[in-house]
Amino acid sequence: MDELMLDGNAVAGLLQEVFAVEMTTAVGTCASCGADGPVGAAHVFRGAGIVLRCPHCNNVLAKIVKSDSRAWIDLTGIRILEVTL
Amino acid sequence: MAGTALPGRLTWQLAELVGAVVETPQVKTLVFDVPGWPGHRAGQHVDVRLTAEDGYQAERSYSIASRSDSTRVALTVQRLEDGEVSPYLTEELRPGDKIELRGPIGGYFVWEPSDGGPLVLVAGGSGIVPLMAMIRTRAAAGDDTETHLLYSARSQDDLIYRDELERLSGNGLEVVYTLTDSHPPGWTSYTRRVDREMLSEVAPIASEHPLFFSCGPTPFVEAVAEALVGLGHETRAIKTERFGPTGR
Amino acid sequence: MAFISRGFRGRRATDVDPTRVPPGQYVTADFPVLSAGPTPHTSVELWDFSIVGELQEPRSWNWEEFRALPSEEITRDIHCVTKWSKLDTVWQGVSVDTLLAGIETSAGYVTQYSDGGYTTNLPLEDITGGKAWVVFAYGGQPLEPEHGGPARMLVPRHYFWKSAKWVRGLRLRSTDEPGFWETNGYHNYGDPWQEQRYQGD
Repeated sequence: MDELMLDGNAVAGLLQEVFAVEMTTAVGTCASCGADGPVGAAHVFRGAGIVLRCPHCNNVLAKIVKSDSRAWIDLTGIRILEVTL
Repeated sequence: MAGTALPGRLTWQLAELVGAVVETPQVKTLVFDVPGWPGHRAGQHVDVRLTAEDGYQAERSYSIASRSDSTRVALTVQRLEDGEVSPYLTEELRPGDKIELRGPIGGYFVWEPSDGGPLVLVAGGSGIVPLMAMIRTRAAAGDDTETHLLYSARSQDDLIYRDELERLSGNGLEVVYTLTDSHPPGWTSYTRRVDREMLSEVAPIASEHPLFFSCGPTPFVEAVAEALVGLGHETRAIKTERFGPTGR
Repeated sequence: MAFISRGFRGRRATDVDPTRVPPGQYVTADFPVLSAGPTPHTSVELWDFSIVGELQEPRSWNWEEFRALPSEEITRDIHCVTKWSKLDTVWQGVSVDTLLAGIETSAGYVTQYSDGGYTTNLPLEDITGGKAWVVFAYGGQPLEPEHGGPARMLVPRHYFWKSAKWVRGLRLRSTDEPGFWETNGYHNYGDPWQEQRYQGD
């Protein structure tokens, strides 16, 4: 257990800023262990950038770095992302 | 599940403080007028951004306390001793002042009456705020979904919304407190940290498939989630909003 | 420019020698804890530190051996890419020059690797010649896990993401290997005085 850890909804604003849709209800499948769940339930860590980790296996689901004008998003830890339109 | 109902990219906008309510010595509710506010769902939050004259910026998230059909945005803010944003919001900001905020944000930690129940809300300290928005929304809709609020605070003086919770109790809403540091003479409710036994006494059993929302400092929420899983509740039915180590 | 909040200052220090503050940074008295993952809790009984990769023979020290190496007190300013700087931080640690002493290598690059999988890269010449340490104490106290203990890297001339917490070794390489953040938008070199925060800066 980590005191610093947050839930996916802690970065809901950032995700919506980047993706232009609400992302915390999107369901992701972990590319490492295959578990799925809403992004809102992912474990969030704030380092130099934001890291989302699988709540089951701790694999990195996504990394986000944001400057004022650009954002870099690594989603390779999410095999599939299902978004409700 | 309900669609997102949140159009497009979030943008920062100016909100004007129009009123304030002192809830406890450390906690104040700030009421903002936000032009063009599209409405919100109970459990959602806003991001607040403050900029100093030299460009220094601080950003924080605050849960919306007001019910979903209100046109104004109420934020209940706890003043943290060594905080950077909360002392400004609770002590410096005056009616007429403006702040930048964006929202409403979040689609995961939300509840509306059509989601049904039984509903179990577990609050640690200022974690009560988004759960209060849910309770207020439920009351305004005249909804009678079976709802249990378990609210943990250090002392009776730290309880926020106490009078209102008393008024709203009944009609399917049960409010249970636990005071962990001190309690008044004659106190008959719990006096310890939330644990598995307490949750088993407050929450319906797993076969009734309750929906759980737990909010508060990260260690609190962790302990609650673990205890609920230990009682046989499904992980997917437990939604958490961790505030981090010190809360907000 | 964003809306200026009347009367907002934040908690940063303002009576600071500006020549010590890189562009875009603000000085803090706190020590913010940032992490890319859960805090590892490696016991010193199980800890070791290794030099691997492009060298004749890999080297490794267990905790006792590591603590028996000559160490020194280092006072430096540190700068985080998230815009806070902390001045005159005091550490105790072993110079990377000590760890690499006598090693022959054709490597030009180093990757720091840590418990939990974090990596970060630098040219070899930027962690040698008195520019980097493996530190085990901060402010006179053993380094706490949340701050990178039992040991972390200290490379003060770069943004602090290039000083890996929970470090377990250095991999010497002939080619550069962008690390955890360098592959995700942060600058490959990260010099705070050139404000090299992001790729393309």
